[in-house]
Amino acid sequence: MDRLKKTFDRLAEKGEKALVGFVSAGDPDMETSLEIIRNMCEAGLDILELGVPFSDPTADGPVIQRSSARALEKGITLETVLEMTRRIREYSDIPIILFSYYNPVFAFGARQFYTFALEKGADGVLIVDLPPEESDEMTGVWEGNELSLIRLIAPTTPVERMKTISDSASGFLYMVSKTGVTGSDGLDTSAIESYVKTLRSVTHLPICVGFGISTPEDVRAISKMADGIVIGSAFERLIENHLEDDDLPELLGKQTRLFKNATRKGYV
Amino acid sequence: MSTEHAYPDLKGHFGPYGGRYVGETLMPAILELEEAYHTYAKEPAFISELGTLLSRYVGRPTPLYHAKRLSDHLKGAAIYLKREDLAHTGAHKINNTLGQALLARYMGKKKLIAETGAGQHGVATATTAALFGMACKIFMGVEDIKRQAPNVKRMELLGATVVPVDSGTGTLKDAMNEAMRYWVGAVEDTFYIIGSVAGPHPYPVMVRDFQKIIGIEARDQILEITGKLPTTLIACVGGGSNAMGLFYPFIDDDVEMIGVEAAGLGIDTDKHAATLGMGSIGVLHGSKSYVLQDKFGQIMEAHSISAGLDYPGVGPEHALLKDIKRATYVSITDKEALEGFRILCTLEGIIPALESSHAIACAVSTAKERSSEDVIIVNLSGRGDKDLGTVFSIFDSKK
Ligand SMILES: Cc1ncc(COP(=O)(O)O)c(C=O)c1O
Repeated sequence: MDRLKKTFDRLAEKGEKALVGFVSAGDPDMETSLEIIRNMCEAGLDILELGVPFSDPTADGPVIQRSSARALEKGITLETVLEMTRRIREYSDIPIILFSYYNPVFAFGARQFYTFALEKGADGVLIVDLPPEESDEMTGVWEGNELSLIRLIAPTTPVERMKTISDSASGFLYMVSKTGVTGSDGLDTSAIESYVKTLRSVTHLPICVGFGISTPEDVRAISKMADGIVIGSAFERLIENHLEDDDLPELLGKQTRLFKNATRKGYV
Repeated sequence: MSTEHAYPDLKGHFGPYGGRYVGETLMPAILELEEAYHTYAKEPAFISELGTLLSRYVGRPTPLYHAKRLSDHLKGAAIYLKREDLAHTGAHKINNTLGQALLARYMGKKKLIAETGAGQHGVATATTAALFGMACKIFMGVEDIKRQAPNVKRMELLGATVVPVDSGTGTLKDAMNEAMRYWVGAVEDTFYIIGSVAGPHPYPVMVRDFQKIIGIEARDQILEITGKLPTTLIACVGGGSNAMGLFYPFIDDDVEMIGVEAAGLGIDTDKHAATLGMGSIGVLHGSKSYVLQDKFGQIMEAHSISAGLDYPGVGPEHALLKDIKRATYVSITDKEALEGFRILCTLEGIIPALESSHAIACAVSTAKERSSEDVIIVNLSGRGDKDLGTVFSIFDSKK
């Protein structure tokens, strides 16, 4: 039943890295968003991060801020995102991570959130602004531990803290590539390599790297060091640039295929 | 009457409120800040340098002034004004910016950033940056840039860069979002001076501690003038720093405390900023407190004629004081605040900030219901020069 673990095992066997895709759920509207996700899954996406839109996304750059605002304008709520999860589950076995700020989850009720998320078919959750220091109030009311708790590690995280975070995380660790909000550019691969190396020394969890990864070349470079690559703003930018185009879902599929190919060994 | 008020706990919780709800990139920075605050702020050298600046640069202690004509006019309680409007830069905000910037210097950080609504915190930060020779960036909503234009010019004159923020409603909440985003990318060498008792721990306790000088002075002054403690304290509440600063030193005394939020066009409309009065519990800008939000946890837009109160959040300690009924929170509309503004101009020759005018308006109605034995201290948190444009355009349109 552990879709995340199975995914990482399957990829390891094939010598591939995980392509993790983030989209704001319901951008530009729920039906188009579901079509986009279907196309991305069919193009080989390995893990889906489904973003719960929030009015005040303080960890996000302009691209994801706007995508979140578009989804909110369409009335997307945590409840809608859970419903979308159920609909994706009807056609795909892809691991689904619900990616949210804490307030929508808090308003929904953390206990209910756990039950519903599992019931609708989610595999994990990443709450951007809920550090281990405050997490008990959420996980303490969960009736079980079947939902993976993905946690962020930042370039500013000292090594002892990396260990503490890793000990309370499951599924995989999300290594933030640079100090900055999502979508910031300027990828420093040698710095990332050293963060990943340090993190490896204190964790057995798979490590996915994200923030500011926007081209297949970037993906190829990071594939050499990490277990997975997270792409968010690059997908959202494509959505934003083609809001009026009928073939928007197919465009996202095409781009996913390009990124996915770059995670395969020997691919040039 | 009360048991001792001993908040926050070690993790920055004020009962169920407060805490640290921030992304991992910022966590090490706020842990470092907490450590630095606990170390340096207790050092005699730090205390003495800050004390000297507060007296010789800011002009503290600010007077506690008996507003006699106003009190006589109302025929009720005696009203005393704590004159934070006479502090350098024209508001209480500088008490906090000097404290935090000094801490920044002890921590070896040379760049300051801040959010601002009314521009008073921005001006105070820019002033402090000039004084300390530090680089300074101020984030300000485009709407506030319009209504507080003189303060924008002032900040630029002082050498700060004002960064316009056009997301959301272009007000204080959005400025704070943008300051946090910028900080995430610059956290290694930049100190974020938050302007109120909001944000993640240690900000609410740190800002309270830097602002409590207001209440410490007021307590000494009223005892000296009247020989007894006041009956009531009144202060406006945006994020809540001038109110916490006045309240805190009286917290274990038998003294009534009233916080005044902005009711905007009325709390029965959707255009107000009465967070404690009308909001519900949520997480915004790094701490848990009351917020104005919809039932899905999306933050709503606030409204107030005064930019400094136009905020859908409030400091966590106020949330606690409300719940345990140690303080009462009321609200004053735009219209009532303008009446408070006018009455202080004409009866006392003092032009108050629109934020402070909310506290004045509340004091006017409260004093009328009290006996002449009662003493009310109102925190006159700032002066009104910055608001003249707003006020004239309203008064003129009514002619
Ligand atoms: C004069 C004045 N009073 C009050 C406030 C509100 O802030 P706080 O509630 O933190 O005192 C401001 C904020 O800009 C202000 O400029």
